[in-house]
Amino acid sequence: MSVFVWIEQFNGTPVSLSWEVLGKARQLADARGTTVAAIVLGQGVEEIARQAIGYGADTVYLADDATLASFRLDPYAAVLKRLIEEHQPAILLWGGTSRGRELAAAVSADLGLGVAAECLDLRLDDEGNLVATRPIYTGNILTDVVFRRRPQMATVRARAFPMPEADASRSGEVIAIPAVLREEEIPVKVVGFEQAGTGEVSVAEANIIVSGGRGVKGPEGFQPIRELAAVLGAAVGASRAAVDAGWIPYKHQVGQTGKQVRPDLYIACGISGAIQHLAGMRTSKVIVAINKDPEAPIFQVADYGIVEDLFKVVPALTEVLKERLAR
Amino acid sequence: MHAIVCLKQVPDTAELPKVEPADVMQGTLKVTRVVNPWDEYAIEEALRLKEAHGGKVTALTLGPAEATEALRAAVAMGSDEAVLLSDPAFGDGDAWTIGYTLAQAIRQIGQYDLVLCGKETVDGNSGLTAATTARYLSIPLLTCVIKIREVDFTAHTITVERLVEEGLEVVSAPLPAVVAVIKGINEPRYPSFRGIRTAARMAIPVWGMGDIAGLEADKASEAAAAVRWTNIRKPPARAAQCEIIEADTVEEQARILADRLLAAKVI
Ligand SMILES: Cc1cc2nc3c(=O)[nH]c(=O)nc-3n(C[C@H](O)[C@H](O)[C@H](O)COP(=O)(O)OP(=O)(O)OC[C@H]3O[C@@H](n4cnc5c(N)ncnc54)[C@H](O)[C@@H]3O)c2cc1C
Ligand SMILES: Nc1ncnc2c1ncn2[C@@H]1O[C@H](COP(=O)(O)O)[C@@H](O)[C@H]1O
Repeated sequence: MSVFVWIEQFNGTPVSLSWEVLGKARQLADARGTTVAAIVLGQGVEEIARQAIGYGADTVYLADDATLASFRLDPYAAVLKRLIEEHQPAILLWGGTSRGRELAAAVSADLGLGVAAECLDLRLDDEGNLVATRPIYTGNILTDVVFRRRPQMATVRARAFPMPEADASRSGEVIAIPAVLREEEIPVKVVGFEQAGTGEVSVAEANIIVSGGRGVKGPEGFQPIRELAAVLGAAVGASRAAVDAGWIPYKHQVGQTGKQVRPDLYIACGISGAIQHLAGMRTSKVIVAINKDPEAPIFQVADYGIVEDLFKVVPALTEVLKERLAR
Repeated sequence: MHAIVCLKQVPDTAELPKVEPADVMQGTLKVTRVVNPWDEYAIEEALRLKEAHGGKVTALTLGPAEATEALRAAVAMGSDEAVLLSDPAFGDGDAWTIGYTLAQAIRQIGQYDLVLCGKETVDGNSGLTAATTARYLSIPLLTCVIKIREVDFTAHTITVERLVEEGLEVVSAPLPAVVAVIKGINEPRYPSFRGIRTAARMAIPVWGMGDIAGLEADKASEAAAAVRWTNIRKPPARAAQCEIIEADTVEEQARILADRLLAAKVI
């Protein structure tokens, strides 16, 4: 009755959230005196299977096949379904990415199981059952999800758990398993891909986010925001007002209809702090607000505030941090 | 072309902070209800397909009697038909009982090309229902759709752009399929005056447990839910006591802020 984790990869690169989830799986398994198995699906991904052992897996089920090269629901779900039926894990965990959520949902429907989505915390009760804490009502309520069937499945939000240390000396077993569907049986075809801006940090995974809102006044207003972000190695975020105005693409949007993020540091520049924006960033560890209006609601959730013109403060902060961080 | 839009009635997002744990437990929220924001994109996309290809749009929801208001909103925007699935026996379902019930109702509605859903709901926030519905219908699922590039209702094919973490993925699939849309796909229209009048007059059918052919009660009822919410509570309040940093110059303010952030070990 071990703990299984799906290790997500894209084009042969593992998604770091999978290692965060694997680290947590290791903890849960140790608490129960059981083992951790990682599931790696893809093509040419043996190296990821070895890495999974370093991050805490005892066993890795590796399905390496051309039909699994890009993520597609049908062939992926078919392999997972077979693995679950064969091994009956007690718990199965997934990173809460677009692919993780979709795959978890499909597998749960196929097998009549439950999933707790976007969990912020996981623990075991006295009987060793999984208790998954997740936000509902867009972060305004928390609940502990309990499960009626096994495996108990949860998708985990990015940065809910720390990145584990890899230990290259750990040993484990890699077990090759076959794909279940043949190409002719797979209805969906991936016909193209356009990479997002390279070298950009995505808001979902960032330790630090510098966000701009309507207060930046135009697309060029994001330039000082980007410069501050560059010094901090941060992602650039945005309010919906800035996205809707067409100043910055949607993938940067933080909030209820954008990304829900929990970085160590969130710097909101020219953002008023509407409820829908707060829903996406309120759980950040430290929040800084830079806004001309001392009455802006963003100050009610901020730890530090500067009531000033962002076009003065942001460049000044960039200069100071360049010196302090010597970058 | 026949597109079925699955939509949910949810609390107005501006009122979500007013939701109390006790109200969630009793299912008695004292809030204004609206169509789930993501589902408005799904309705709009269905209407655009109808305008381009002819055909009709059916709005479908599972919920309490009041949820007809959400269907009326979809009709006011331009949907042709609407069906409410409502029965005390459905109870508080989850993504599995709801996906199962929606799928059975969709089968009963009859011939269709597309099922459109939103990315997630603002109350359950699970983002699972489109997937469970697709699996119970045994048809392809396309999530995170930001653009329908091509759709051919004669050849029964669709090609979409999906916005995933790493970029834009272009995917094609046979129809019928479930398509879950995200913000950015379109700008939902306002209801027209005529639409509002049509919606107000429309008799919207209500299907209960016994009205859906082949529906197995033990899969659709609350007791079948695969998960249960316990310990429903408010998140701990942010202990934020905002320190407003004041100084004679912005450079000085920036220096103080940098000191604070270094001390807090967040940079
Ligand atoms: C269903 C729904 C979903 C939504 N989802 C989201 C979401 O996901 N994310 C989101 O962000 N919003 C969302 N919203 C929108 C939200 O309600 C607000 O409209 C939006 O967040 C406002 O953006 P803003 O703070 O940038 O703009 P504003 O509210 O206009 O605030 C601009 C701020 O900039 C300040 N400012 C102006 N100039 C300067 C300057 N030179 N220096 C410093 N400060 C300056 C002003 O004092 C003001 O406080 C949603 C709304 C709805 C109804
Ligand atoms: N009760 C419901 N009735 C109809 N459609 C629903 C219902 N619940 C969820 N959906 C659809 O499924 C999507 C995802 O919802 P959820 O899984 O609850 O986050 C929504 O955007 C709707 O399109």
